[in-house]
Amino acid sequence: MSTNRLASNLSQYKSLEFIIGALLTGGICLLVIFADLLFQSADKIDLSARLLAPFAHPEHIFGTDPLGRDILARVVSGGAISLQVGFISVAGAVVLGVVMGLVAGYYRGFWDVVVMRFADVQLAMPFILLAITFIAIVGGGLANMIFLLIISQWVQYARLVRGSVLSLRDREFILSAQAIGVSNFSILFRHLLPNLIGPVIVLMTLNVANNILLESSLTFLGLGVDPLTPSWGGMLADGRTYIQNAWWVSVFPGVAILLTVLGLNLLGDWLRDSLDPTGKTSR
Amino acid sequence: MANFLIKRLLQAIFVLFAVTLLVAFAIRLTGDPALMLTQGAGSVTEADLVLIREALGINKPFLEQYLDFIVGLFQLDFGNSFLGGTSVSELISTSLPATLLLAGAVMVISIVISIPLGIKAAVSKGQWSDQFIRITSLIGLSFPNFWLALMLVLVFSIWLQWLPPSGMSGFASFVMPAFTMAIILTATNVRLVRSSMLETLQAQYVMVARAKGLSENTVLYKHALRNCAIPLITYFGLQFGGLLGGIVVIERVFNWPGLGTLAFDAVSSRDYPVLQAVITLLSMLIVSVNLLVDIAYGLIDPRIRTE
Repeated sequence: MSTNRLASNLSQYKSLEFIIGALLTGGICLLVIFADLLFQSADKIDLSARLLAPFAHPEHIFGTDPLGRDILARVVSGGAISLQVGFISVAGAVVLGVVMGLVAGYYRGFWDVVVMRFADVQLAMPFILLAITFIAIVGGGLANMIFLLIISQWVQYARLVRGSVLSLRDREFILSAQAIGVSNFSILFRHLLPNLIGPVIVLMTLNVANNILLESSLTFLGLGVDPLTPSWGGMLADGRTYIQNAWWVSVFPGVAILLTVLGLNLLGDWLRDSLDPTGKTSR
Repeated sequence: MANFLIKRLLQAIFVLFAVTLLVAFAIRLTGDPALMLTQGAGSVTEADLVLIREALGINKPFLEQYLDFIVGLFQLDFGNSFLGGTSVSELISTSLPATLLLAGAVMVISIVISIPLGIKAAVSKGQWSDQFIRITSLIGLSFPNFWLALMLVLVFSIWLQWLPPSGMSGFASFVMPAFTMAIILTATNVRLVRSSMLETLQAQYVMVARAKGLSENTVLYKHALRNCAIPLITYFGLQFGGLLGGIVVIERVFNWPGLGTLAFDAVSSRDYPVLQAVITLLSMLIVSVNLLVDIAYGLIDPRIRTE
């Protein structure tokens, strides 16, 4: 195969990756945002319509759950929890991690040691066990879960940013900025930050996907959001109880998680190849 | 080299010290075991609670309890469970092998599958087989592990009735828990193998090996794979923590009698000694695997030592 055809094959694949990823992520976000307009109420209990099989009743395409609630409506409105947790936790972790990483890498010394040893300690504890203990102390719920994800994930950004700062801080453009008296604040945020943001964005995309997975597994284990709120993990916990005779209760919420995470992973993969060709963030 | 070893060892000891201190402190914030034990017991006076706390040893100052734990750790004595009074070491000696067996099986399956697939993808970069492998692996790592477990149970236990849905009894009960984790881990590993292989294949010694007329398999598996083995081993080692975390969740789905199940039961009854021992052990495992990987890496690649 000639190099040209190979290259065009690859770029076709890359653009397809972007299109599918963007369609999946965008489509799911829109569906979740306009859930109330498009679908029936997710909480309407109808005991006369318990555990209806999917594709058999036009008003319940995905069937109903043990309380006769429409599964399609619950899957769509359950997405709100996952997307909120995914995006807010990553935003929080990025802000904290990037600032800590910049400070540690630029000033070195005491702060560097503190931040990096802290990172070592966190990386030595399995997330799920940290989560069980944390939730046993402060209780479950949306806000606590977001907080937990932020404190357990900022170290990833801090490490990444610190590494980049270490390789940039002695370059000419930084030294000359220091020489003409640019303030440290400005050097950190206007000169260093734009030069290392690429890999950070890639890690963010992949972590939104990852955090949606973590949130749903915590909720599935009964440690996450309130079981009364529709959420994918919570629906799957119900589904597990009824899996013997009602497969659809545990199939559709899982497909929703899979498609959302896949969409974000496709985008992340595409971004990585476009922004970070050396693959620093590859996992 | 000695300097490097000492530095890494001190770092590992510091991490373990911090983890144990943090865990011991955090666990004591989760709630009062005396209240948990007397739940539903009818009339319980404050004096009874004080007696229970004294019997459990949780009325002592925190630092004293922590020191007791550390001293016990060196003697492999983690105290007794608050529930039933079984010795924690006994509980762990049955559940640690269950978890490690599962983790080992997952690692082996995933490495055996991902190396040939990753090499295949790297060699045929840009062709349909590469893109097929990449897309499949991206789908694989988008699966929620607990849902994949549920779906396997649905298909293989409920519909086909080939495999037992839960518990640990014989080879058949291993299949689903091991493959659930292995599928997801393989998806990640294929991509790692592919990217390190792509880098290695550009090296001159690969060109030389090919020019000598060696068979393609000898070039790939003997010359190229050996050279990218070092970064791969590091990645595989770093995954160990994540793998253990995943197994904790999967154990719940399959009622696997491992450390995860033990930890979940312990936290709901505020069984401090058990929870403390489980988290400490898992962290020790992760830290030692990372330390071994670091040391191996330093032995093989002298540049790392001077960093």
